[in-house]
Amino acid sequence: MYMASKALMVVAWLIFFLSPSYAESEFQALGKAANELSHSAQWNISISPNGEGLPPGQGTAAQGAKLFALQCAGCHGPDGIGASAEPLMGEVGSLTSDYPEKTVNSYWPYATTLFDYIRRAMPINAPFSLSADEVYALCAYILSKDGIVSSEAVLDEQSLPKIKMPNRDGFIAVHSDNR
Amino acid sequence: MANKVREDRRQFLHKAGLGGALTGLVSSISLPVWAGAEKLELPDALPKWMKVPGEEFSNYGQPSEHEQQVIRWISANSAAPGNGVSWTPLHDLQGTITPNGLHYERHHNGVPQIDPAQHTLLIDGLVEQPLSFDLKSLLRYPMQSRTCFIECGGNSNSGWRTNPIQTQAGYAHGLVSNAEWTGIPVKLLLQEAGIKPNAKWVIAEGADAAALNISIPLDKLLDDALLALYQNGERLRPENGYPLRLVLPGWEGILNVKWLRQLRLTDEPLMSRDETAQYTELQPDGKARQFTFLMEAKSLITSPSLGMMLQDNPGTYQISGLAWSGRGKITRVEISADGGDTWVDAELQTPILSKAFTRFNLPWHWQGDYAILQSRATDETGYVQPTREALVENRGRHGFFHYNAIVSWEITEEGDINHVYGF
Repeated sequence: MYMASKALMVVAWLIFFLSPSYAESEFQALGKAANELSHSAQWNISISPNGEGLPPGQGTAAQGAKLFALQCAGCHGPDGIGASAEPLMGEVGSLTSDYPEKTVNSYWPYATTLFDYIRRAMPINAPFSLSADEVYALCAYILSKDGIVSSEAVLDEQSLPKIKMPNRDGFIAVHSDNR
Repeated sequence: MANKVREDRRQFLHKAGLGGALTGLVSSISLPVWAGAEKLELPDALPKWMKVPGEEFSNYGQPSEHEQQVIRWISANSAAPGNGVSWTPLHDLQGTITPNGLHYERHHNGVPQIDPAQHTLLIDGLVEQPLSFDLKSLLRYPMQSRTCFIECGGNSNSGWRTNPIQTQAGYAHGLVSNAEWTGIPVKLLLQEAGIKPNAKWVIAEGADAAALNISIPLDKLLDDALLALYQNGERLRPENGYPLRLVLPGWEGILNVKWLRQLRLTDEPLMSRDETAQYTELQPDGKARQFTFLMEAKSLITSPSLGMMLQDNPGTYQISGLAWSGRGKITRVEISADGGDTWVDAELQTPILSKAFTRFNLPWHWQGDYAILQSRATDETGYVQPTREALVENRGRHGFFHYNAIVSWEITEEGDINHVYGF
């Protein structure tokens, strides 16, 4: 009798542990529906190469030059050739030389990245302090220094994603090789 | 295999003359000389800490005051002190676990002081239902622990320079640390949101003042990724992502996003700054390797290493170091004392964990000769750590990231230790 009840208990435990319903109820789903959050500005900071996520606004190289002197030159040097922070302009075509310089204009494959990064991280002592117009203007200034856009160009959410950076085709994805 | 290793070791010691030294050592062990000393005045002979009560309890323990030199070495931008790194002093540590206060740091704009009550994690993009999570909820999910290394893609980058850097092992190679991370499998939360079939990538974003964002293949998050809340048993340290971070075992540090606030599922990578301008490797042909996520096998002798000295000549020294591979388990570490001409298997400390530090050890009898000590790791996929020559031949010298070549320590006849490039 005792043996039988013990065997039954074991069977009951096995059913409990092995049954799929137990596995499904292993934890309570606690995520809250976030459709509104997902569409709000503070959760849509990233900007895709196709321009998705770019805010309305516009700026020119002339406007950017003034801002650059004020906000950027302290770390990146007066001509953006680098100081305590990385060089941003110049050195286009240097990547195969003995002294390659990876500047925005020589190395970065997408202009959208420039907007994305300036807005989220620059100036380093006050991220998110620049307006959309100011970020467009800084992009225009930096890119115009190496003739990637004309010095008269107006950059906005339409024109910025259309820019073809000199090193657009300079990258080889190796992730698939690693698998 | 084990027998072979033992035989090799025996020969390594014998060749170097240690066999005889060991025998001599055993026979010389006898009663301590003071055992028979007469009229010992007990109080005077005992150290002071045996004669007065010790310190009181502490709420949170700190290392001994005699270990104050064991620190992370900070290397940051003087104009932006929150942008830089601090290195784990691997040369001062033993075992495999990095203490939380010594885990390496890489911050792009300082350590945010996040109030967990005000922190939200959002999962959205190509999901059936965007979801937000607060910390209280996340702490109720089932958790797993995983001991693994995290290594900055820029670790050991001084190796690309023309001349070998003369700095201690940890301060050249210590942008890698190893901890037990505990948290929620990311897969659970992604599945709760419902993954759309066209989702291929996930843009992870941090809540720091760089709002660091980077693209991660969805497959990795469905494989072994953790949303870590605990580090070596306690909640994450602020500098390691408090209140929550990603841990992607074996993958480049930058992808293990700290202070995680968002996972957005997409069909394409974002091409963010840290996956284009940085963490890509320029090759001699002008093209750059991108999405080089996996950290390849690497090893490093932590002792003896630069900054130490071989005091006894001749003398027996315990060669000890660390090996790790982003592909899986370390299966073999070989040691050379002659710059790579001959190799002997080191003993691997167990348990050997996948994508985690493996400690290796080998006793070495030094007879005062010039020597070059090297270690060479092999992982379970058969990948063998390359020589510097082979790495530079393959990749050039301007890649900056993913330097995993064999490290060489030169032992001079005086017992000094220098960093040299291999032969």
